[in-house]
Formats: sequence, structure tokens, C-alpha cells
Amino acid sequence: MSADKFSNPVVRWIDHRLPIFSFMDHELNEYPTPKNLNYFWNFGSLAGVSLVIMIVTGIVLAMSYTPHVDYAFQSVERIMRDVNHGWLLRYIHMNGASFFFIVVFIHIFRGLYYGSYKAPRELLWILGVLILLLMMATAFMGYVLPWGQMSFWGATVITNLFSAIPFVGDSIVTFLWGGFSVDNPTLNRFFALHYLMPFLIVGVVILHLVALHRFGSNNPIGIDPSGPQDTVPFHPYYTIKDFFGLSVFLTLFAAAIFFFPNFMGHPDNYIPANPMQTPAHIVPEWYFLPFYAILRAVPDKLGGVLAMFGAIAVLFILPWLDRSPIRSGNFRPVFKIFFWVFFADCIALGYLGGMPAEGIYVVLSRVATAWYFLHFLVILPLLSVIETPKPLPQSLSKSVLGGSAMAGAASAVKEKV
Amino acid sequence: MAKTNTSKQEDTHVDGRRRDFIVVASYAMAGIGAAAVAWPLIDQMNPAADTLALASIEVDISKIDIGQSITVKWRGKPVFIRHRTEDEINTAQSVELSQLKDPQLDVDRVSNPKYLVMIGVCTHLGCVPLGQKTGEIKGEYDGWFCPCHGSHYDSSGRIRKGPAPVNLEIPPYTFETESLIKIG
Ligand code: HEM
Ligand code: FES
Repeated sequence: MSADKFSNPVVRWIDHRLPIFSFMDHELNEYPTPKNLNYFWNFGSLAGVSLVIMIVTGIVLAMSYTPHVDYAFQSVERIMRDVNHGWLLRYIHMNGASFFFIVVFIHIFRGLYYGSYKAPRELLWILGVLILLLMMATAFMGYVLPWGQMSFWGATVITNLFSAIPFVGDSIVTFLWGGFSVDNPTLNRFFALHYLMPFLIVGVVILHLVALHRFGSNNPIGIDPSGPQDTVPFHPYYTIKDFFGLSVFLTLFAAAIFFFPNFMGHPDNYIPANPMQTPAHIVPEWYFLPFYAILRAVPDKLGGVLAMFGAIAVLFILPWLDRSPIRSGNFRPVFKIFFWVFFADCIALGYLGGMPAEGIYVVLSRVATAWYFLHFLVILPLLSVIETPKPLPQSLSKSVLGGSAMAGAASAVKEKV
Repeated sequence: MAKTNTSKQEDTHVDGRRRDFIVVASYAMAGIGAAAVAWPLIDQMNPAADTLALASIEVDISKIDIGQSITVKWRGKPVFIRHRTEDEINTAQSVELSQLKDPQLDVDRVSNPKYLVMIGVCTHLGCVPLGQKTGEIKGEYDGWFCPCHGSHYDSSGRIRKGPAPVNLEIPPYTFETESLIKIG
């Protein structure tokens, strides 16, 4: 490593002893990145920014929040009315959770379409699914903290899921509650864990990035870059693109915070928790609705719980279900159709999860749930055998710039740069 | 030469086995030690002594008219007490066991058939079923209806339709006098 890469002598002195600047230069500056990434590749950095926003606003909220059943609701109202800028901080945190999930869901569907979970990125994908699980646990516990009606009944229903486990179920639920119902001990520990888990997420995100930088990003056509002519340095090309994406994201985020801060929330959560009265229609936060629909679709208690967790578990083994060597959906005509059907199926599950569990909704939920599992367990394995993919381009440059004559031109341009 | 060699080999062999034993034994001790340290860290989450000590409650039921219900709080949970009508008692008693998902006779669920005492927590995922107040939906079996995922309970609190696996739970209770019950 050439020390004179940095002109500042202080930086050079430090870097010689602790190569942190070399590391950053290697991973964020010269890091070779496929040159054909589209905007779907912005969502990883957006997820990272969202995580930072959640941690920063969360820590300052914790300075005014009281995790006690008698004070929690009031302390949140006090944040909203009396604490300086408290309303802003809470609205950022509240809507931040929703935006975080929007970003991560798009990030995941990007991976599903472009086959980013395939070799050699299986562990990268698995770490991502782990992050999703941790995020869900964190958001669930965060939603309990304001101690409104939805907080309380959401906590009750979700913790009760574990009672479906044979033999030890009830002991596990008592253990989670620290009592005989969701009560003060539950609120206290949820606060402690809600504070802890985002930092665990940071840890897994770091592993996720280490795994990513091992082979670099996948790209819209899913073939590996064949040499330097197919890549560009991360800085300034993708730093500037990520910043552009970030400014669009922050604009939408700010619009939600300032104009529709409660659009994605539920009004019942502004009613203090009442353990003696369940609201007539309880629904989880919107980002849990597809999973909630799967839970309710199965008429058996244990079966429903297994199906719901199975919906995530199946993502872990996805790299071994889809055996097709072609990564990108662009070159898989049949897969492409089923991908969009699956996407529609997930949206449908989200809609159905918010509807009452009766009549036609039950039937539709069952169909949509069956399709969800059918897609992963039957359609994908089958397609990897029977589908005839379209011919792949010979290199990234060719796919970007067209005919083979252009490929030479592309590398020439690259050399000039 | 050869002899010393063999004995040397035997020595290492014996040594190796002794060492294996020491290694396994120390791993085992470390494992037990780790478990002993982990246990208090985990078990602290179980109910604390004061939570367990939650006292029993006494309820005066003389004020409940026929066909009326009250809800009292016990261990942080709602307990339903219903003064059942003749009609409700008759329907509850005439149900065939074969029609039930969690077969139980009405007489096994009450100590005085007039009063049904049960924990008002849906055995599916813990919501409080509707049907206590007049005017609330009572479900298809004229008992209680859980709005969360649609469980129907009959006038004996038995599950008849929906995802709940078992009947509404009966808490431990005794009649202290004609009109006073002690729950817990
Ligand atoms: C992965 C990152 C995080 C997610 C997804 C998340 C999610 C949530 C959600 C959904 C709520 C409920 C908002 C509401 O309806 O009021 C909440 C509340 C809260 N969170 Fe977080 N959170 C995260 C990180 C943090 C961190 C690092 C802290 C630091 C202690 C924190 C502290 C709080 C506090 C004090 C509340 C209660 C105040 C309130 O309700 O606004 N959060 N969180
Ligand atoms: S909690 Fe009552 S039906 Fe699910």
C-alpha cells in the first residue's frame, strides 16, 4: 500500500499505524462497481441511511420516554406537545420505520428479480433475510412503547403466537411477558430490547457489506464483469448517484412527516392501552400485513403460526430452490411472468391482512397464501429445469452499448476516463 | 532401538488419550460454568415474586341480574361472570359432545349452572371476546365472539367455530357464600 496515496501527513501517519484510510479508499473510492447498475441499486444505501436515522432519532426520543405502563402513553404525548421539537423527532422515528420497510422491501424484490441470491452471494442474501427478521422484531417492540390500544393488543396477539408451540408454549409466553399478561415487565423489557436490537442490526449490516464486497454487486443483466472495462470506480460515479437517490428519498420522507404524519399509523393507537377491551378491528402495522394475512389464512392455530414463520424461512433457502444458473429475470421469459404474479400476490396478501377475517376475504387469503408457497416450493424449482432462457449478452459493456463494434469503443472511452 | 521406539509411541498414545480426557473434561466444565452464569440472565425474565404473589379477589355477584354479565380483573386479565338465563343453560346442556371441537360437558364448566365464570381471553391469540355488554355481537352460538380472527364461543364459553383451539379457560374459584365468589 503506497503511503503517498494521501497527501495529508497526519492522514499518512495514522494510516501507517491504522490503515483505516486505505480501507475506506479501497471500499468506497476505487471499489470497482458494474457500470450498468440501475436505480434499484440505490436501495441498499437508502436502507443504511434509514437505519442511521432510526438510531439517532431513537436515542433522543429515549431521553424523554418513560417505559412504565402508567407513564408511557403520557410521556409520548409530552414528547409530542412539550419537548422541544419532540413532535418532529417522533414523527421522523414513526414514519422512518415505514420508510425503512418500504426501502428494504424494494431492495428484496430487486434481489428476487435479478437473482442476486444466487452463487456466490448466498450468504449475503441470508444475512439480508436475517436483517429483515431483526427489523421486524425491532419495529414490533417499538410499536408497543407508546402503550396505546394497538400497542397493547398487537403485543398480546403476537406474543400469544408462541403459545401455539406444543407443550412448552404457555411457559414461553409467560417468560416473554414476565407475568400472566402483557404488563409492566413486558413494556420494560421491550424497551430494553428495542434499544439493543438496532445495534445488532448494525453488526449484521457490517457482515452483509463484507460479504457484498467479496464479489461486488450483481447487476441488471446478472453476468459477472469480465474486466475493468465493465466497471467504474465507486466514487464519484455511484456516490453521486446514491446522493441523488437519497435526496429524492428524503423529499418524499419529509413530505410524509410534514403533511401526512399519521397516514401510515392507526388512530386507535392514540387511545391509551386498556387490557379489558380489545378494539373491534385490530391490525398490525402495514409492513406486517402480508404475514398477518398468512397467519389468519390457516384455520389451525399452530398451522397458522408455522405458515407465518415459514413465509420468512423459505427466503433463507431460496438460493437452493431456484437452481437456474441465469441470474437476471431479463433473460428468463417465464420466470419474469411468475415474478410479477408473485409480486401481485404479495400486494394482495398485504391488502387481505388489513381486511376483517370473514367471508370472501378468508377464501382469497387462502388462495394467496397457497400461491406464496407454491411460488417458492414448486414453481421456482420447476422453472430452473424446464425454462429455456434467452441468450445472454457476452459482456456488460455490450449490453450497455449494443453491438460488438461498440464494445471496443466502450473500452476505449473507459481508458480515456 | 526398535523397542524404545514402540514404547515411545505407546507413551504418546497414552498421553494423547489422557490429554483428550483433560480437554473434554475442561470443555465440559467450561460449558457447565457458562450455563450456570447464563441461567440467572435468562431466568430473570420469568415472573418476579411479587407478580406471582398477586392475591386472589372476591366478587359480589348478587347484583348481577339474570341475562347480565360483569367483567372483573384478575391477574391483569378480564374474568367474565355471567348470570345465565334458563334458555342459555338448557342450550348449553343439550349440546352433543360430538359437536364440540374441545369436548366438555357444561356441568364440568360450572359449579353453579346459573353462574358461568371464565377467563375472558380468547384461546386463539389472547383478545377479549365481545358479548359481555348488551348489544354486542355474541356470535353464531349466542355466547361470545372474538373479533380479532373470528372465533365463536357458545353460552358455555366453548369454542364452536373459528381458529381458537380450546374452550375459554375456567379460573380456580369457589363460592364463599351464595352470592360471593373468590377467584384465585
Ligand atoms: C431498526 C431501527 C428502529 C426501528 C425500525 C424502530 C421502530 C419504532 C417504531 C415503529 C416505534 C413506534 C412509533 C410510534 O408509533 O410512536 C418506535 C418507538 C420508539 N423507539 Fe424505535 N425503532 C428503531 C430504533 C430505535 C433506537 C436505536 C432507539 C434508541 C433507544 C429507539 C427508541 C424508541 C423510543 C424511545 C420509542 C417510543 C417513542 C415513540 O413511540 O415515538 N428506536 N420505534
Ligand atoms: S384472538 Fe380471538 S380469534 Fe384470534
